[in-house]
Amino acid sequence: MSSNTFTHLDALESESIHILREVAAECKNPAMLFSGGKDSIVMLRLAEKAFRPAKFPFPLLHVDTEHNFPEVIATRNLLAEQLGERLIVRSLEDSIRRGTIVLKKNQQSRNACQSVTLLEAIDEFGFDACLGGARRDEEKARAKERIFSFRDEFGQWDPKNQRPELWDLYNTRVHNGENIRVFPISNWTELDIWQYIARENLTLPSIYYAHEREIVRRNGQLVPVTHLTPVQPGEQVEILSVRFRTVGDITCTCPVESTARNADEIIAETASTRITERGATRMDDQTSDASMELRKKEGYF
Amino acid sequence: MNQTQLLRFITAGSVDDGKSTLIGRLLHDSKSIFEDQLSAISKTSAKRGMGAVDLSLLTDGLQAEREQGITIDVAYRYFATPKRKFIIGDTPGHEQYTRNMVTAASTANLAIILVDARRGVLQQTRRHTYLASLVGIPHIVLAVNKMDMVDYSETVFHSICQEYRAFAAQLGLHDVTCIPLSALNGDMLVERGDNLPWYHGKTLMELLETVEIAHDINEEDFRFPVQWVCRPQTDEHHDFRGFMGRIESGSVAVGDEIIVQPSGRRSTVKAIHTYDGNLQRAVAPQSVTLLLDDEIDISRGDMLVGAGRAPQVAKELDATLCWLSETPLDKQRKYLIKHTTRTSKCLFSQLDYRVDVNTLEQHPISTLHMNDIARVSLKVQQPLVFDDYLSDHGTGSFIIIDEASNNTVGAGMIAARQ
Repeated sequence: MSSNTFTHLDALESESIHILREVAAECKNPAMLFSGGKDSIVMLRLAEKAFRPAKFPFPLLHVDTEHNFPEVIATRNLLAEQLGERLIVRSLEDSIRRGTIVLKKNQQSRNACQSVTLLEAIDEFGFDACLGGARRDEEKARAKERIFSFRDEFGQWDPKNQRPELWDLYNTRVHNGENIRVFPISNWTELDIWQYIARENLTLPSIYYAHEREIVRRNGQLVPVTHLTPVQPGEQVEILSVRFRTVGDITCTCPVESTARNADEIIAETASTRITERGATRMDDQTSDASMELRKKEGYF
Repeated sequence: MNQTQLLRFITAGSVDDGKSTLIGRLLHDSKSIFEDQLSAISKTSAKRGMGAVDLSLLTDGLQAEREQGITIDVAYRYFATPKRKFIIGDTPGHEQYTRNMVTAASTANLAIILVDARRGVLQQTRRHTYLASLVGIPHIVLAVNKMDMVDYSETVFHSICQEYRAFAAQLGLHDVTCIPLSALNGDMLVERGDNLPWYHGKTLMELLETVEIAHDINEEDFRFPVQWVCRPQTDEHHDFRGFMGRIESGSVAVGDEIIVQPSGRRSTVKAIHTYDGNLQRAVAPQSVTLLLDDEIDISRGDMLVGAGRAPQVAKELDATLCWLSETPLDKQRKYLIKHTTRTSKCLFSQLDYRVDVNTLEQHPISTLHMNDIARVSLKVQQPLVFDDYLSDHGTGSFIIIDEASNNTVGAGMIAARQ
């Protein structure tokens, strides 16, 4: 390989591997968040590239909303088992039973509540660093977040007081009780992710690809009909060919119309799409222009 | 599979130079803006009573900024054309934010320095250019914006370019391109437009897509800071002992002799391991795992280097330091220095002078305040393996960490010792 054939994916991959190894070397007790979603599946492959033939020097952690699409959980379990890596699952239901999460109504989106269970898991295991698959192109608050994002003992992000991050010299130091969130794929875009999935031939939950599904149209979005998101009076159920661009909490994750049945067809669609990933698929980011920033300040990823 | 390269660039200019409009225009005209983003900023533009959609709102990130109408931190933007993927480090132009520009500039291949055609080269233009040269950005574009406000005058453009080129040459900047444009109207950004027929150079986008960056990294001197030693100790990989890291510069091939610094011991590369199979040769900036012929003691913080030009191995070094913290430097205190993969204690043995970023004059100093840039000497507890920053960014840069707060308080570029 010469520097002329070093593509943007090679550059992004090498940067991510470098970041993962810095975390392994400098953090005492890191964990990698793994949900079974596409970004976290890319993260797993990057971890394989960073550490094989050895095992990962950290466990995988899933903060489970229990509002998941079954295909996602099946893929999560399958991949963790195939890789032979340790998977820790901590559920929002446990936090609800403990009373640390109080839901306003039973079927509300649980995305925002994930912070509570995540912080409880960090506390339980004493993690000083959590690797996450967030990307800067997802949202404008993330566009300004560092790759190594320092959090105080309440897990909070202070956007005005971030550590300067220069070259590839990452400051991983924390005091006891504090932790950092590390985002090795910060510089990847949705298109890069799909190009990498195609290049590496990664296994994804089937709902990322086009399939027929019952949906209703609600507030300009396609809402899948599920036990958590039933049809409301006056709504018309349609069967459409759709795929999911993100796979979060069922109650707030919407598919887009698509006929793309594999990664290459999705790349073609993504290259010509006119709506951002979160704009198309996340109801929780549309509540206000600063939704993500506010959630991050409360400890969200 | 596509073979697009990655180009990282920064934009520097004041709020009034139309920088946000320029970025908005690049994103918009390259079709990188999504409908929901456009609809969000249309709503905001209307709320603020503006007639047209304000493209500058696209780069406003945080709530605090939107309230104050200014950009307070480095924001990263992404777009791609069929030729390249781009990462923009968007840095604010205010004087107090030198640290943000240095931060974004540290990873950039190219800097776009904006000037307003009506105002020409200002003190801040010189400041931005000085900072770009300090951080060693190889390619500079002077974007002479708002040409529509000077009737697209060729004379105005040429006099600004002439003045700028003279200044850039003093700083040792060799690759400088001047482009006349109007971000508001889109002239010479992605489209040429009809208003600048006398200009025959590249549009801004053409330049970004074609500027040669493959040789920006030092290709001669092999430098491999060891990040992590891989010892699986499984039955299958019983004797596997791999040194993991990222090649900072140069290249390495199987059979090459390498020297381990700072110990000075020698060995030969037995294999270059990757997840995708072994390689015969690897180049910067690849992340790889090296296996050696000899069992010698190597750990994180050591550096494998080629048999060619040797790096320096020393406990004392001179550097240009940018102070990033609101707490001034305390010469009596020990700090941590993180250089490649080695972190050690250090002391500032000498503060030589501060550089006024506006006039480039040198002033004597007894401490350093936020945004100060100074020539300093350091004493380090453990020996560092380094090159001067100009010949190797990867092995010539370091950060300073305050052990009490754990904050990153300084960024340094190692100078060649006279």
